[in-house]
Amino acid sequence: MPLGRTQAVALVGLEGHVIDVEADIAPGLPAFVLVGLPDTSLAESRDRVKAAAANAGCPVPSHRVTVNLSPASLPKHGSSFDLAIAVAVLGAAALLDAEASAAVVHLGELGLDGRLRPVRGVLPAVLAAVRAGRTRIVVPSANAAEARLVPGAEVLGAVTLADVVRVHGGQARQPAGELSVPGMPGAHGRAPGRAGGDLADVVGQADARRALEIAAAGGHHLLLLGPPGAGKTMLASRLPGLLPDLEPDEAVEVTAIHSISGTFDPAHGLLHRPPFQDPHHTASTVSVVGGGSGLPRPGSASRAHRGVLFLDEAPEFGSRVLEALRQPLESGELVIARARGVARFPARFQLVLAANPCPCGLSVGKGLECRCAVAARRRYLARLSGPLLDRVDLQIQVLPVSRVQMVSGTAPEGTDVVAARVAEARAVQASRWRESRWRTNSEVPGSELRGRWRLAPGTTRDLDRELDVGALTMRGYDRILRIAWTLLDLRGGTTPDRDDVGLALTLRQHTRQAA
Amino acid sequence: MRASDAVGRYGERVAVAHLEQAGMVVLARNWRCPLGELDVVAMDGACLVGVEVKTRRSLAYGHPIEAVTYAKAARLRRLLGQWLAVHEVRAESVRIDVVGVLRPPSGPALVDHRRSVA
Repeated sequence: MPLGRTQAVALVGLEGHVIDVEADIAPGLPAFVLVGLPDTSLAESRDRVKAAAANAGCPVPSHRVTVNLSPASLPKHGSSFDLAIAVAVLGAAALLDAEASAAVVHLGELGLDGRLRPVRGVLPAVLAAVRAGRTRIVVPSANAAEARLVPGAEVLGAVTLADVVRVHGGQARQPAGELSVPGMPGAHGRAPGRAGGDLADVVGQADARRALEIAAAGGHHLLLLGPPGAGKTMLASRLPGLLPDLEPDEAVEVTAIHSISGTFDPAHGLLHRPPFQDPHHTASTVSVVGGGSGLPRPGSASRAHRGVLFLDEAPEFGSRVLEALRQPLESGELVIARARGVARFPARFQLVLAANPCPCGLSVGKGLECRCAVAARRRYLARLSGPLLDRVDLQIQVLPVSRVQMVSGTAPEGTDVVAARVAEARAVQASRWRESRWRTNSEVPGSELRGRWRLAPGTTRDLDRELDVGALTMRGYDRILRIAWTLLDLRGGTTPDRDDVGLALTLRQHTRQAA
Repeated sequence: MRASDAVGRYGERVAVAHLEQAGMVVLARNWRCPLGELDVVAMDGACLVGVEVKTRRSLAYGHPIEAVTYAKAARLRRLLGQWLAVHEVRAESVRIDVVGVLRPPSGPALVDHRRSVA
């Protein structure tokens, strides 16, 4: 009997590896052996393949069947290998043309009735296949739209295993189109990155709105500190609406992450809007940074890649969660090591923290209303550690809205107006940093800001003094320079002046008096 | 149980006929010891063969061959060792075969002979 061959893709993190699936049928007692480091869910594939093949009208022969997934040293997991295994086995049994199936990549989970069920992570898998030169890909029809988002992929969406058998020149009993197409599980509800309301809904809060605009323009991290009901959550949820659309390569990257986490609905095409993630403060470290047994999966921080990660009531988060965010804040990437492998997920998000100033939340201004003990107040904000806050560029107090602001005549600016200014500022940045790979001021390394783009000594005088007296770290110094550049880009001009630097300094230290 | 006993005996007769036609010499049938039972013991040239016969009337519960697991094949091999210990037979080698007999309601029985499974 011939050897059955086909191909599949194994995902490690966001990285796909093309896997050769080969099947051999030897005389002997009936057995189905699967080798090549399958995990439990993949080992169960044997039983699904047997039942699905029988119900498609081309049963697996009752001989000794050996299936190998090669390279055998790479751990493989998940149900997306079902289809490839079935095709390889049926090829070995000469129930379909093994030559025809050898060069085609097959992805998909099999139902016992022979139906093809959609799987997660089709986009990164197809990307990897196309990059490896395997452009012919068979996927479950529910994943076809997602697979077709990859340029250069020749995608065939199949409803049942019988369809695939017929494509490769085999005979199958099950008629085409007999079974309905199962939908994608988990890809329901809100699409990531849907804008959360219009900025015009926010009453008053001129300072905070300005800070939000600066954060959006330069991609800076933001801390909003204020009493309950001042509008911190409202402000933060409007930030994604101010951000410009994702660049095409960013869109593919972001969509791939959401495809793996199963939070992507291919009906709307690639994700072009920056995602918005707001994990609850009871979230575990793994749910935020990614992880899980065996091979890790992305968490909220990666799902917020190229978008906004909003931590409401930030001091209530577990300290391990907050500290775990320090690494991606610096490197834009989460590296999760587990016994069975290391997964890398991009996580270049914009961090927005919202916090009450103290447990009762009233310690604003003079803090006369506050009922907290001094120690409790101090302890509360101390949960946001120094190293974390040092990475937050803009630290803003959001004060309660007064009645005067509420009834004052001028209508607040809407998202459209502010987003247009942000887009302009982004365009200026893009042209300034075009020689390098940075897109926003927040990505420019400090050495460049203090080297080639050094400001005149007179401009940075206030900043230098803060550094001298030790009120500022070197990292803080760089971050203030970045904000100063963003302020310049928003007002227009050639180089930041002393006012820009001064304003940047106050925007960063706004909360210091309160704490 | 009687009906299935009868089917089993019928299957063994069919299997023996098949083995003899294939040139094997049957030495014993239904040999029992405390470890279990060997359906057929035969010589294939200089090779001693322990044969397990499985008979079924339909494929509703799977092919008869599928009912023989690796654990069972391994047990048959130990049984054959026992048989050798109490019989004056010399063999160059030993092996275990499985014969699956499918007896459809009409038409001839279908015999599937798998050699050397353990």
